[in-house]
Amino acid sequence: MSAPRPQPRLDADNRAFWTGGAVGELRLMRCRDCATFIHPPRPVCRKCFSENVAPEAVTGTGVIDTFTVNHQKWHPALQVPYVIARVAIDGAPGVFLTTNIVGCNVDEVEIGDPVRVTFEQQGEIYYPLFEKIG
Amino acid sequence: MMTANDAYITGVGQSQIGVKLTRHPLLLTLDAVKEALAEAGLTIGQIDGVSTYPGRMQGYLGFSPVGVDELIDALGIRATWYAGGGEITSQLGAVVAAAAAVRAGLARHVICFRTVYEAAAMARPDEFPPLRRDKVDGSSQWTAPFNALSAANWTAQYAMRHMKRYGLTREQLAQVAITDRAHAALNPRALTREPITMDEYMSARMISTPLCLYDCDRFTDASTVLIVSAASAIDEVSCTPIRIAAMAGTVARHSWDQAEWMASYQTGPDLWKRTDYKPSDVDTVQFYDGFSFYVITWLEALGFCDVGEGGRFIEGGKRIALDGELPLNTFGGQIGAGRLHGFGFAHESVVQLRGKGGARQIPDDPRVAVCTSGGGPLATALLLARD
Ligand SMILES: [Zn+2]
Repeated sequence: MSAPRPQPRLDADNRAFWTGGAVGELRLMRCRDCATFIHPPRPVCRKCFSENVAPEAVTGTGVIDTFTVNHQKWHPALQVPYVIARVAIDGAPGVFLTTNIVGCNVDEVEIGDPVRVTFEQQGEIYYPLFEKIG
Repeated sequence: MMTANDAYITGVGQSQIGVKLTRHPLLLTLDAVKEALAEAGLTIGQIDGVSTYPGRMQGYLGFSPVGVDELIDALGIRATWYAGGGEITSQLGAVVAAAAAVRAGLARHVICFRTVYEAAAMARPDEFPPLRRDKVDGSSQWTAPFNALSAANWTAQYAMRHMKRYGLTREQLAQVAITDRAHAALNPRALTREPITMDEYMSARMISTPLCLYDCDRFTDASTVLIVSAASAIDEVSCTPIRIAAMAGTVARHSWDQAEWMASYQTGPDLWKRTDYKPSDVDTVQFYDGFSFYVITWLEALGFCDVGEGGRFIEGGKRIALDGELPLNTFGGQIGAGRLHGFGFAHESVVQLRGKGGARQIPDDPRVAVCTSGGGPLATALLLARD
């Protein structure tokens, strides 16, 4: 199941996002002054320019905003088909994560489906994938 | 309409279009330059500007093997202005930059070029190594780790949402590919000259749902050149100048997944704010179709139909055929003619507005065209007119 995935290079901005799964947390950067979520994570709030930003755990649930079933083997090691989705994150208005929907058949995914995060660990990275709720 | 401060597209040129070409990419560029100069009646000594997208990409030579600096040196151009880079509103942003430069008096005649060598690079990886990264960073870290590896995956999700929200069908989307391929059959330079049928489209293998093989362009080797000339220098040009009547390139959120829709939906209205022309004045549209779905978005974004109606607008295909009310991608688009990467749409607009389309010429003397490039957070639109 867990073929090697492209690995993000960790840095000060993204480390919380990519490693939060070690403690079961989906962490998003958030402004402590105006409460805006900042994704992709950056050291400044895009709404109020505050530098008082820090990662914060969200509930880890969301809704499938849109998706596609990829059938193309972009490289020989890729196992197809698989679902790529864009998930709207509950409690973090305006934040969408591109991810994979796992734990169901590829033809069981629909826009609007509620989903919950599940982490796939490879090395120091915890990939936030999502599975359908219920 | 014309003013002393206008910018024009004058000479246009194109190399052969192929896959796995062995001709040096700089020489393909030269072929296109020579054709454009000959059409404009200009010599290389009159060229004083160069503009390209995205510039030579050292780590990804197939995508962009020729840079401005290389072209300037190789052809002995004495440039008073030049630019090349990928951080611009997409491929035709290089033409926008050139037009701005000639309007500002920084140059008189600017060669704008886009050279692609992706098919040749795949065949000769030792010479043109593929993009390799140990780790992903920047914007690609938000997609690649989930094996959303291609713009096909990113675009497919917009198309899927359009289907669910507005009822776009595969049969409607098919009209882009079918129209492109029918038009490519009339273009002697086109990469793919065989038409396809609805049955072939519907039974094609899926790439990334709802996009099938025929919804995607494919790697191509070619060079396209457009010369942008200043109004003050237009007397030096022997071909009919095509006026750049308006330009737009907009982005609200520079991201493939954080924005609700593609940037085209902002760029389209912006274009019409900058001109007295209206969509009903347009005689042909040459819309970026790296993926067929982009055509749907541009039709809606530019107000040829309401948002959500793009699929129904092209249903049956008659409206966008060569003899239809709004002929689309008359050279075959990228799906039919090859992945010229944006510049083909401006090139064809000029060809049609000059009446030089040959077997694929739009009837009834077209005078106004819109061409576009980009997808996702990238969008550029040009309104071109023959006065
Ligand atoms: Zn803030």
